[in-house]
Amino acid sequence: MLDSRIPEGPLAEKWNTHKDNIRLVNPANKRDIDIIVVGTGLAGSSAAASLAELGYNVKSLCFQDSPRRAHSIAAQGGINASKNYQNDGDSVYRLFYDTVKGGDYRSREANVHRLAEVSSNIIDQCVAQGVPFAREYGGLLDNRSFGGVQVSRTFYAKGQTGQQLLLGAYSALSRQISKGKVEMLNRHEMMEVVKVDGKARGIIARNLVTGEIERHSAHAVVLCTGGYGNAFYLSTNAMGSNVSAAWKAHKQGSFFANPCFTQIHPTCIPVSGHYQSKLTLMSESLRNDGRIWVPKSKDDVEAILNGSKLPTDLKEEERDYYLERRYPAFGNLVPRDVASRAAKERCDAGFGVNKTGHAVYLDFASAFVRYGKTEALTRGIQNPSDETIVELGREVIKSKYGNLFDMYKQITDDNPYETPMMIYPAVHYTMGGLWVDYNLMTTVPGLFAAGEANFSDHGANRLGASALMQGLADGYFVLPYTIGDYLADDIRTGKISTETQEFDAAEKKVKDEIQALISNNGDTPVDDFHRRLGLIMWEKCGMARNEKDLKQAIAEIQELRKEFHSNVLVPGSENAFNPELEKATRLADFLELGEAMCLDALTRAESCGGHFREESQTPDGEALRDDENYTFVSAWEYTGTPSEAKLHKEDLIYDNIELKQRSYK
Amino acid sequence: MNITLKVWRQKGPNQVGAMETHKMTEVSGDMSFLEMMDVLNGNLIREGKEPFAFDHDCREGICGSCSMFINGEAHGPGRNVTTCQLHMRSFKDGETIHVEPWRSAAFPVIKDLSVDRSSFDRIIQAGGYVSVNTSGETIDANAIPIPKHDADQAFDAATCIGCGACVATCKNSSAMLFVSAKVSQLSLLPQGKPESKQRVIRMVDQMDLEGFGNCTNTGACEVECPKGISITNIARMNRAFLSSNLTSK
Repeated sequence: MLDSRIPEGPLAEKWNTHKDNIRLVNPANKRDIDIIVVGTGLAGSSAAASLAELGYNVKSLCFQDSPRRAHSIAAQGGINASKNYQNDGDSVYRLFYDTVKGGDYRSREANVHRLAEVSSNIIDQCVAQGVPFAREYGGLLDNRSFGGVQVSRTFYAKGQTGQQLLLGAYSALSRQISKGKVEMLNRHEMMEVVKVDGKARGIIARNLVTGEIERHSAHAVVLCTGGYGNAFYLSTNAMGSNVSAAWKAHKQGSFFANPCFTQIHPTCIPVSGHYQSKLTLMSESLRNDGRIWVPKSKDDVEAILNGSKLPTDLKEEERDYYLERRYPAFGNLVPRDVASRAAKERCDAGFGVNKTGHAVYLDFASAFVRYGKTEALTRGIQNPSDETIVELGREVIKSKYGNLFDMYKQITDDNPYETPMMIYPAVHYTMGGLWVDYNLMTTVPGLFAAGEANFSDHGANRLGASALMQGLADGYFVLPYTIGDYLADDIRTGKISTETQEFDAAEKKVKDEIQALISNNGDTPVDDFHRRLGLIMWEKCGMARNEKDLKQAIAEIQELRKEFHSNVLVPGSENAFNPELEKATRLADFLELGEAMCLDALTRAESCGGHFREESQTPDGEALRDDENYTFVSAWEYTGTPSEAKLHKEDLIYDNIELKQRSYK
Repeated sequence: MNITLKVWRQKGPNQVGAMETHKMTEVSGDMSFLEMMDVLNGNLIREGKEPFAFDHDCREGICGSCSMFINGEAHGPGRNVTTCQLHMRSFKDGETIHVEPWRSAAFPVIKDLSVDRSSFDRIIQAGGYVSVNTSGETIDANAIPIPKHDADQAFDAATCIGCGACVATCKNSSAMLFVSAKVSQLSLLPQGKPESKQRVIRMVDQMDLEGFGNCTNTGACEVECPKGISITNIARMNRAFLSSNLTSK
């Protein structure tokens, strides 16, 4: 039943062969075809702009007040591309290999190779749009290195790469809006997919300002609605990031793939109090220059906690640079899943360095000295003092990561130029998502998913700087080709009417759901339920998972969901701007998704990437994959209750890569 | 700490608004301003009252959603921070804090503290882009070296998050800082040069059409801008606007 439609032929030729063979829609016919794109992050903006340039009529929706605010904007570190500008041995194959290995061999070879192939084009495209990437003095583009790889292939714009790339895509989108080729609907949220004869033919949306429920029809619907990390309540996602569009699609027949594959990012600012609403990431790029450590002895931990010692008082030999100790080949630049688990291991063992016991140090002291010495030489300063060296080094670090250091200081009230940062892992990205074939189409014909909303490229763990790459690759260079293959059948269909019983039924369902929430008369605000869901997910389906906890979590979530529907209090009216109602409709879906995530985690009794099953580990505590039994994608079919979903397996076939236990030692 | 909040309450765009007073206890200095507002809203909901509507999303100072005018300053007393990155330790125990929406004819209030900033989108749509298709079939990214100084200046201008603090702060409700940041970014880069003349004229025309006021060089926008965008950009845009008007065909 699952047909991934991977083209025949050698890996490196699949994409070109596919492009040469898929069907096209001629320019005159494109003018008669409507496409809805939901979401305006990197994937959504780039897809909407590109499809409009090709000639389709595009309708684009975002729940934010402007398409420029989608959460791609918060990506910090950079975007990968196999340009090999640094001449350090990079190539399409190596980027492909690193991504498959980094994903712990749970992604699709053909999709990842295509991603690596188009990566170079992305950089060319963005530069042509006026994206101000970092440059060297010679005027050429600068690169830095990121976790899990041994080359420097990451392009960046200080710590604001996501913002600059998104504004590039937003500008392309704005250009099409001005030409009337994209109709932009700000502050609109998709509430339901409408299917006609089994095909996606439109959506029901809510105008968030007026509360009006609207019908929009199209020949195809593209979901670029991001990830579902907010199932954990506390995550690095934006407050509005949600799973609803993807979940509604799932309930309409799109299979949901690998929902348990969640990325816990190792370098976030630790939780400070119960009122906490979100967690803030400190870019992975900081691990290029920062060294992660905890004290070697618990006496020193104690002394730091009671204030009798400062972290800077500890001598080198009193510090445990545990990543360098355990993984000498990659050191502080091991992939995210490995770094996160290592931090948890040290903190669980009692070496956490803040009051909650959930923090480790990220220290730049040696980078100050290293850069300071180089800078002194460049400036011709003879016999510089140690203070001068550190001062010069701080300036260099400031030019590289200034905004991140400022942000850290603002949030914690600590100065990271003087004392090491404190960090701890937090939920960041979700590799799972809607199952899609090679054309990025879900199991519902005409319903596509791109960017973080789909599952295909990152396996069980995403490498740093690859999310931006995938979002733009899907939107600029993949979907505009592959969607034509589907739409070629629609050139004679004509306008899709919204006055049909399918739209009537979908609209009624949405209105009923909203009515039930708003007239519930409970006594507990939405956020209380969301926090409780987050706690269950974090404790039982977070960095380490086991059978007993997962089973318990499923029961607890079911209970919580019942309580939510009987006891939630949503103030205000459905016919007005009502942010609490928005939160409630989104949480209703998270409460179902959470159960699906736990079921998926329970079914996959191996450890792989971000999914660590305590039952499956090596004697020294590393994740132990079980290739014999689990080299497949879990694609779940909704049957009415999340924990009774039906499992379909897409076997993963590796013709070009030998499966190995990942080692970064 | 304990604080007293006076918060703007306005049901809809055409309704009369007023300040509403609320006492808050046990406010932690480590809370962000928006987390403090979350606590207030939670309390209001439990009491059966309506919470205050406000825009927010990323809560890490980059999406540009949050937009509160706090004690007479856009994004409050902090420098180079957005409201979401303002922490309660910036206030004193016992302090009274006034919270209002951005006020400008071009940013009509939707509800309470939430305003409509789509006028900014329309200014970008008027020309804030490079007219290049997204085919990817352009020249190699390194084909045109760009002096680091120019690239850095373009980057500095490009860090604008479009929050509208500059407009809210300006006594004339001028959007010159916002518009000039985009004009500067693109005119400093070789990719943006071919269209630079038309771009500045179109964007300024749209800005005027939206009802933003004129710039009288008070410099308040630069002070309140959470991203530290410099008014040098305004000077650059004025030069470009003048010369474009004199020389464009």
